[in-house]
Amino acid sequence: MVSVKVEFLGGLDVIFGKQRTHKLNVPSNSGEEVTVGTLIDYIVEKMIKNAGDKCVFIENDSVRPGILTLINDTDWELEGEKEYVLEDGDIVSFTSTLHGG
Amino acid sequence: MDTEIAALKAENESLKQQLREQGQLPMSLEEFKRYGRQMIVQETGGVEGQIKLKNSRVLVIGAGGLGCPCLPYLAGAGVGQIGIVDNDVVETSNLHRQVLHNSSKVGVLKCESAKDVLVKLNPHIKVDTFPVRLDYSNACRIFQGYDVVLDCTDTPLTRYLVSDVAVNLGLTVVSASGLGFEGQLSILNFKNVGPCYRCFFPVPPPPNSVSSCQEGGVIGPCIGLVGVMMAVETLKIILDSYTLDNFKPFLMQYSGFPAQSLRTFKMRGRQATCLACGENPSITRDSIERGHIDYELFCGKRDYNVCLPHERMTVDEFQKSFLKTAELNHILLDVRPRHHYDISHLPNTFNLTVKELRDMDGDMSQLKREIPTVGAQSEVLVLCRHGNDSQLATRILKDQFHLKNVRDVKGGLFKYIDEINPAIPKY
Repeated sequence: MVSVKVEFLGGLDVIFGKQRTHKLNVPSNSGEEVTVGTLIDYIVEKMIKNAGDKCVFIENDSVRPGILTLINDTDWELEGEKEYVLEDGDIVSFTSTLHGG
Repeated sequence: MDTEIAALKAENESLKQQLREQGQLPMSLEEFKRYGRQMIVQETGGVEGQIKLKNSRVLVIGAGGLGCPCLPYLAGAGVGQIGIVDNDVVETSNLHRQVLHNSSKVGVLKCESAKDVLVKLNPHIKVDTFPVRLDYSNACRIFQGYDVVLDCTDTPLTRYLVSDVAVNLGLTVVSASGLGFEGQLSILNFKNVGPCYRCFFPVPPPPNSVSSCQEGGVIGPCIGLVGVMMAVETLKIILDSYTLDNFKPFLMQYSGFPAQSLRTFKMRGRQATCLACGENPSITRDSIERGHIDYELFCGKRDYNVCLPHERMTVDEFQKSFLKTAELNHILLDVRPRHHYDISHLPNTFNLTVKELRDMDGDMSQLKREIPTVGAQSEVLVLCRHGNDSQLATRILKDQFHLKNVRDVKGGLFKYIDEINPAIPKY
């Protein structure tokens, strides 16, 4: 179990009851470490209430193109992406890219 | 007489002296006065920095919600040459955020309207206008001759194009976007070493996830703030405040609500696998200019044309056959978002969005809860703002709820307002 803060920015909060930040206790699968991959599965299974909304967040088993994932304000690409092992107090942010000008 | 001549000679000499001294100055005395307040901020590098600004050439693509607040600061700061690319004309619905334009400029090209203001603001600068839509065939030609490019555009397609062309011409891009009360800003291809747009987003977002300002709405000062931040970043690039040593890729995220916040995310560097700036780039100037990079195919398009001709009707037919008839034996369904519907709507209409209909999964009892009179044989007329969502809703009602007589109104409420009833508020 790890307790983290998750944020949905850039309009993504629309599929999470319009709530931008959530405090979560993410359980580990059979005592393993909790990774960002585990967190994403948890979000898809437990937090997206409406099955039709899943495609807004996930595509081909990963975060949908156009959504940036940040771990403690750092691009997850620099942190090991799904393999990153979460620690208590980590902040994971998902932000949809904006296109308006 | 002699004394008068002597006085004139002395005056002449003093004027010549002034001219000689001014000739050695890097800019006019008026410019010293004009830029004084920024030159005395040490970070600008004083006169030397001011000369960098004077010699700099900045291309701004889009004179809208981002370009408008950004441009006057660049002009005011003394950026010597400013290019503006925009083929749109000013519309009333732009004015709440596109503050360079004004009500008397409605119908005027945005690039010309902006130029008008800028040359009055600072007569020492040169402003070029390009009243064209940026595309693969003209982008390289337009970008050439500029040092920094500002991406103030509004679609993923142009964002990929701007980035690809800038990479190939070695230009740094200040890229920003905004929607609703949020905005994002980044520096791309910094000195041809930093990451480009494709490094961040190798795969474009699905077209149905992309929202425009027209569709999603936008708060003027929120996108305006991001535009002003673009000007700050541009000045820092020109003044060499960013160097190859100290530049770290970043993305700033601004939010105006609930509490205003500005975050700076640390971003990945240039990607070796990037098709534009990586080790084996396939996106070259040649392939762009020949049209071999199909941006439209790459970014995709939303397919709204999902109804057959007999499933649609014109606003005229809508008016004559349904709105004028006294008895209501048909159902009018407006599928715009609730807060749009609340601004203005036709009488005797139901309001359910495409998403709400989709979420019912074809369950008639749920639909009946919202529209008690609905049945398989009901005559249902669907309308939205422009006639796109109404087609999607028509498909759902026919295919999932198995309603037999559903049709959508072509061109939606706005076309109805334009052609039949201009007394209804259009927003």
